[in-house]
Amino acid sequence: MRKLILSALVATGLVGASGAALASSGGEPLMKPNFSFNGFFGRYEPAQLKRGFEVFHQVCSNCHGLRLVAYRNLASVGLTADEIKAVAAERDIDDAPNDEGIISKRAGRASDKYISPFPNEKAAASANGGAAPPDLSLMAKARVGGPNYIYSLMLGFSDNPPEHHVVPEGKYYNKYFPGGNISMPPQLMEDMVTYADGTKASPERMAEDISVFLNWAAEPELDARKSLGLWVMGFLAVFTAMLYALKRQIWKNIH
Amino acid sequence: MSGFQTNNKVVSWLDQRLPIFSMLHHSGVEYPTPRNLNYWWNFGSLAGFVLVIMLLTGIFLVMNYSSHTSLAFDSVERIMRDVNYGWLLRYLHMNGASMFFILVYIHIFRNLYYGSYKAPREVLWWVGIIIFLAMMGTAFMGYVLPWGQMSFWGATVITNLFSAFPIVGDPIRTLLWGGFSVDNPTLNRFFSLHYLLPFVILGLVVVHVWALHSVKSNNPLGIDMKTPADSIPFHPYYTIKDLFGIGLFLMFYMAFVFWAPNFFGEPDNYIPANPMVTPPHIVPEWYFLPFYAILRAFTQDIWFISAKLQGVVAMFSAIIILFFLPWLDTSKVRSAKFRPLYRQFFWLFLVDCLVLGYVGGKPAEGVLITIGQIATAYYFAHFLIIMPLLGKIEKPKALPASISAPVLKEKA
Repeated sequence: MRKLILSALVATGLVGASGAALASSGGEPLMKPNFSFNGFFGRYEPAQLKRGFEVFHQVCSNCHGLRLVAYRNLASVGLTADEIKAVAAERDIDDAPNDEGIISKRAGRASDKYISPFPNEKAAASANGGAAPPDLSLMAKARVGGPNYIYSLMLGFSDNPPEHHVVPEGKYYNKYFPGGNISMPPQLMEDMVTYADGTKASPERMAEDISVFLNWAAEPELDARKSLGLWVMGFLAVFTAMLYALKRQIWKNIH
Repeated sequence: MSGFQTNNKVVSWLDQRLPIFSMLHHSGVEYPTPRNLNYWWNFGSLAGFVLVIMLLTGIFLVMNYSSHTSLAFDSVERIMRDVNYGWLLRYLHMNGASMFFILVYIHIFRNLYYGSYKAPREVLWWVGIIIFLAMMGTAFMGYVLPWGQMSFWGATVITNLFSAFPIVGDPIRTLLWGGFSVDNPTLNRFFSLHYLLPFVILGLVVVHVWALHSVKSNNPLGIDMKTPADSIPFHPYYTIKDLFGIGLFLMFYMAFVFWAPNFFGEPDNYIPANPMVTPPHIVPEWYFLPFYAILRAFTQDIWFISAKLQGVVAMFSAIIILFFLPWLDTSKVRSAKFRPLYRQFFWLFLVDCLVLGYVGGKPAEGVLITIGQIATAYYFAHFLIIMPLLGKIEKPKALPASISAPVLKEKA
């Protein structure tokens, strides 16, 4: 048994060492809010997901796409069927060719993927000073730090960059962005969003809510994953203990 | 050939025509196994278990994957979002690759510690190294399939290595790419080979087990089984011990699958591949990092031999050298338990490999370059200088008379 524990330690040591090697270095250490989905029993909090969607819908979605999320998926953040239809219908999309082969526009449907604000990346870049706003579907997985990075970036703007730091025309200083100069202007002003549940929209509140929503967009399976994981682990713990007892029984005349 | 007995007429009829039950009985039940194997001997069967998981999850993932550059990334995301339990399949497969390497690395280091590669197990050892090489190829090509930024740029860096060879280098690279850059033909051939190679590995595992059952298992004392008292039948003793090991291992594996599924991955691979944007820091998967460090340790052109060619040759040599280990190690004693000097050099070598892994994951700059070069030199010195010399100068401790002797003495 002692050797077994040792082997487990070695294995985790290997893992720890490689993990440290993988985490690439950013300049400023990220802020780490205590998200409800962190940890062993973590879950998304329904009210917060809904608020996060409201931030995305009222602010982010004007420039950023969410192309991997379908409107129907918004049922998981607490929208009713009618609300989903209304959100989907806000934007138009190319319809299938009609009997004469003419392609016209139709309103979005619940079954469509989130329709991006710009028809293509060139249009997005041209409308935003040359830098296309990235799609946010996987942002919470595609950056080191994930949701912590999004939260920090939202609150990392400052009008006073450190000495000798040059902010080019059309860029904004943000200490969490690689290089420090980001094309996106500061977004989260006090009361910028109107929350349906009446929550006061402070920048910290909105930053946390949008980070949670974008984490949901990237990992919609998180709740199902963690709850299935608890069952699997519970089963394995009992099963392995029984195997160990059986092993002791079978080996008792050998040792 | 075996003690297989049955009263079942159908089984008996079949067995006389195709001795499948006799064979299973012979190698899965009777197989005489040293009675003193410790838990380090669990990792071979564990690796076989993960191979099966990888094959099964892989087969179902393929049913939903599209191997075209314009579809691959989104098809993987569709698996994650819309396929029933697709996220589970993919996370099992993704983390399964890392688990496979953790298990195989422990398996290899157990082998090094107890000298299992020595006569008469050289061929068994060779087949193991070939499995390791096939695993590396499979894992590399599998990492390309989601067609994220690291997929694309990792494939670009690794395939470009082949161009270092004079004359044949460029044609080999063109053949790997199926064109003049990493593109759709590359993705297609990698996908095809990624599906093929695991079955080749499965065949190699059969040969590996065949070789094992011919020469029998080594053991922590490193001495041969002599009397029936030294061995116990594989079933039920090692079947239950392996099952218990599988239970423990699954808990370790599932902890990553359910709570930290992207721990071993690179965030950049959730950005779709873009040939126009190079990630600031291209790193291979963690299990390649020691070899990546060896590749990058060579920074000076020597006469007409470019630094790149030296690095590539060194990287391949780092594995090829393992084939010669049974003869580079001149000691007659197998187990490090009785080799006081080798035991210390074994741990030094393990630390050296971890240092190489650390250096491989960091940008090549400053003192890390020197550390990587020293660690690389030590890696080769371990095999080419230390192992041959140790056998000559080391005074091994006295070996016990038999495997059962210390066990029986303990009892008395």
